[in-house]
Amino acid sequence: MRSDPADYQLVAPASLRAVVSLLAEEPGAWLPIAGGTDVMVQYAAGKLSARKLVSIWNLPELRRIEVLSDEIRIGAACTYTDLREHEVVKLEFPLLASAAGWTGGIANQNRGTLGGNIVNASPAADSLPALLAYEAELILVSVRGERRLPYLDFHTGYKKTKLAADELVQAVCLPRRFLGYFSYTRKVGARNAQAISKACIAALGRMSGGVVQEARIALGSVAPVPLRLAETERAVKGKSVDPSILAVARKTAAAEIRPIDDIRSTVRYRSSVAGNLVAEFLEKLSISGAKA
Amino acid sequence: MTDSVENRSPVELSFTVNGERKTMRVYPMERLLDTLRHHLGLTGAKEGCGEGECGSCSVLMNGALVNSCLIPVLQARDANIVTIEGLAAGTQLSALQEAFLDFGGAQCGICTPGMILAASHLLDRKPEPTIEDIREGLSGNLCRCTGYIQIFEAVAEAARRRATT
Repeated sequence: MRSDPADYQLVAPASLRAVVSLLAEEPGAWLPIAGGTDVMVQYAAGKLSARKLVSIWNLPELRRIEVLSDEIRIGAACTYTDLREHEVVKLEFPLLASAAGWTGGIANQNRGTLGGNIVNASPAADSLPALLAYEAELILVSVRGERRLPYLDFHTGYKKTKLAADELVQAVCLPRRFLGYFSYTRKVGARNAQAISKACIAALGRMSGGVVQEARIALGSVAPVPLRLAETERAVKGKSVDPSILAVARKTAAAEIRPIDDIRSTVRYRSSVAGNLVAEFLEKLSISGAKA
Repeated sequence: MTDSVENRSPVELSFTVNGERKTMRVYPMERLLDTLRHHLGLTGAKEGCGEGECGSCSVLMNGALVNSCLIPVLQARDANIVTIEGLAAGTQLSALQEAFLDFGGAQCGICTPGMILAASHLLDRKPEPTIEDIREGLSGNLCRCTGYIQIFEAVAEAARRRATT
């Protein structure tokens, strides 16, 4: 059943302060809407339970990328196009720039936002494994002030997050210390654009003296939340990449993920692809080390 | 600036569409697509899927390609909108429209307005696109008739014609 616009309220305050004041007046009553690529889909399907919406599209405080000496701060309402086209993001955070380029088609990249991807909290979101690999931190804002927390801790379960009812994600902070890392990302889906992934990976690594000095591996669509493979990372650290360590990595990764059967894929396929993605990353990392 | 008079009642807002300023009273959550089609009689943008997958409702908003089915009209306040009706100058078709005709880039026509706007958005950014650029630029627009090849050829030809004129 299609929704009737007469049943909904939508306001567009001119400042971030006004938005958080509104959220504080009636916590949980107002649903923020930025580019609408999730919210309007639910609305059109008659499945949007919120009746009061507050637009945060184009709020200047949320639509900028600040480049500081030790980190970049990406405003939560920056679009995928903003990310793809930003020089520092492209150079220093290629995993994020690549994921932004896979997300939907061009029209959705022009409207979909990084903050929306985070708050919508789909385990299949393309950009979220990159945030895990880069050790992102979030700045959350409310009338009570700002707080900062590691992105790793933000998702607490399937579509559940630590965002309080009166809070908004203001910015995503990425530390500028991954420039020299080898990076690898791949999405496995039915089609490149407009297809949600069956499994995807974002990974960073460094080799030294023929061994893995550091590996940072994150996967999407293989658990209720975007997942960092901490055990697999530990298992390969200090090791040279050979068939036995690849077998260990596959096995450890298989134990860390919790894939499901759904309309896009199966447990068996996802488990197999997850192992392949981790192994492919390690093989390419090893080759990059040999060249360096 | 929370405006309580906006509560579940129509609001007056304006935007520019195809160069003309329009002012109307609409519910703020009305989809831009519906405003264009029902209030303004611009039926070039089509509703295909209604969920941002098919691109048949594509328009340009402040120069950016967007799916008008996913935009609450309040967010289009004061924007500059271009629809397929705005591409031709009178009876003079744009280079893209001519190329689509010449190369059989349209069959049933439902996807065509969106395809042409997506192609226009692409050529504005990449005047000499590769076939991969064309595929990516149109990847959010689905066609169930042509198999895409004629469409890609039409866009490539339009780029060549633009370059030589």
